[in-house]
Amino acid sequence: MTTKPEMTAAEIASAVAGRKMSALDATEAALARIKQHDGILNSFTDVTADRARAKARAIDADIAAGKEVGPLAGVPFAVKNLFDVAGLPTRAGSKINRDLAPSKRDATLIERMEASGAVLVGALNMGEYAYDFTGENVHDGPSRNPHDTTRMTGGSSGGSGSAVGGALVPIALGSDTNGSIRVPSSFCGIFGLKPTYGRLSRARSFPFVASLDHLGPFARSVTDLALAYDAMQGPDADDGACTTRGLEPTLPLLANPVSDLRIAIAGGHFQKNVFPEAVEAVSRVAKALGATKVVDVPEASRARAAAYVITTTEGASLHLDRLRKRPNDFDPAVRDRLIAGAMVPAALVDRAQKFRRWYRAQLAEIFKTVDVLIAPATPCTAPKLGQVNFNLDGVELPVRANIGIHTQPISFIGLPVVAVPVPLEPLPIGVQIICAPWREDIALRVAYALEQMGVASAPAPRGL
Amino acid sequence: MAEPLDEYIDAVSKALALPVEEAWRPAVRANLEVSLRLARLVDEFALPDETEPAPIFTA
Repeated sequence: MTTKPEMTAAEIASAVAGRKMSALDATEAALARIKQHDGILNSFTDVTADRARAKARAIDADIAAGKEVGPLAGVPFAVKNLFDVAGLPTRAGSKINRDLAPSKRDATLIERMEASGAVLVGALNMGEYAYDFTGENVHDGPSRNPHDTTRMTGGSSGGSGSAVGGALVPIALGSDTNGSIRVPSSFCGIFGLKPTYGRLSRARSFPFVASLDHLGPFARSVTDLALAYDAMQGPDADDGACTTRGLEPTLPLLANPVSDLRIAIAGGHFQKNVFPEAVEAVSRVAKALGATKVVDVPEASRARAAAYVITTTEGASLHLDRLRKRPNDFDPAVRDRLIAGAMVPAALVDRAQKFRRWYRAQLAEIFKTVDVLIAPATPCTAPKLGQVNFNLDGVELPVRANIGIHTQPISFIGLPVVAVPVPLEPLPIGVQIICAPWREDIALRVAYALEQMGVASAPAPRGL
Repeated sequence: MAEPLDEYIDAVSKALALPVEEAWRPAVRANLEVSLRLARLVDEFALPDETEPAPIFTA
């Protein structure tokens, strides 16, 4: 059996377990595709070819010996370069971290993916220290959008978006503090899951904003997203914020009907500052799901402001010593934001954390009468690389600051979200499927229904 | 002429031993203006005195 570039993880795992394809062939196909296209996409910063081949051979040996293999047997995947990968310094998109000693042990989520049979093929480009919505990086160059390589991938998990959108790998992992999984999913036309805060272990990944950081998967199908998510669930004493809840597998629930769900469109803030393509995408999703009710999310703009304040101050605290000792080794734009963050008075940060408690209670009320909220993932499709402003309703607005306005008020209180790609022409755009805490199963179920209806799908990369 | 935030930036820079070179000052000031504007938006929202901050330390 020959591999084709857009084989899903589920198809690869099935072919490998069924001895129709070897894990080594699946791995070689991914490595070849990376070699062919990554010169343009710039999604990888490290390709771990030797490690990947060794892992793939071990899986093939297990299969030959009749041993059980996991549900991701032979599936190539890659991780944002803030995940610890044994043998590599965890650069987190920075120049400074390249001086760190190589990691001795993989991040927990890599260990869990590989325990399920997946094969790590490399580490992915990202915005410096994850303080980014564009996917641009002054040290490594920008990751490029697989549908139009003159455009942004979105960030900060830009390489993750580019690698999966470009079908170099079927699954990638990234992080999301304010939107860094959902924004690249939107711009690159793929599915992304930002789980509930605390659901997936962050152990041995480089942090950004401890009280907002989440890790999660990207994929080209909802089944693959659920496969990866289920493989990574579970408590982990190495991450103090990780839940002690047991495994709650979602894959067996994907095909359950969605007709019993109460689905509403997020109003107010989420219907403002959007381009027509975002309105069209939300409208298609709402129509397919039969959602007509609009629910106002109170004070979402203020929630976005509070998320901004907590981000800039906690980020500044994390990097304070590096800002003192190596300020010229930062991306100047990141450095200047972090220095300003260090200067925000503590009383205002505490106000933001208290507001967060209030806002969380408002959303908890909403989720008593609604199971799902629909909102845009980004206000627009992918802007041009280097683009500074966009014009919305005759008003010039800064691109960088406005890309995440619809994702920030959701991650601010840790709600689970699946970003689903709506394949508009000429560029795709994402819609957020938002649920109550710990209900990733519902978000994935709705995403699966949209995929089955043909409303959400990952388009073939058009820029390659 | 010095901008209104410059004295504050100088004072905090000293207090934190966090150098701000002159070339960076306009961008630091612009970023601080945005942060303070957004922080004020949050501050203006009246909350009960009993409101707990969101992150709870669990021993």
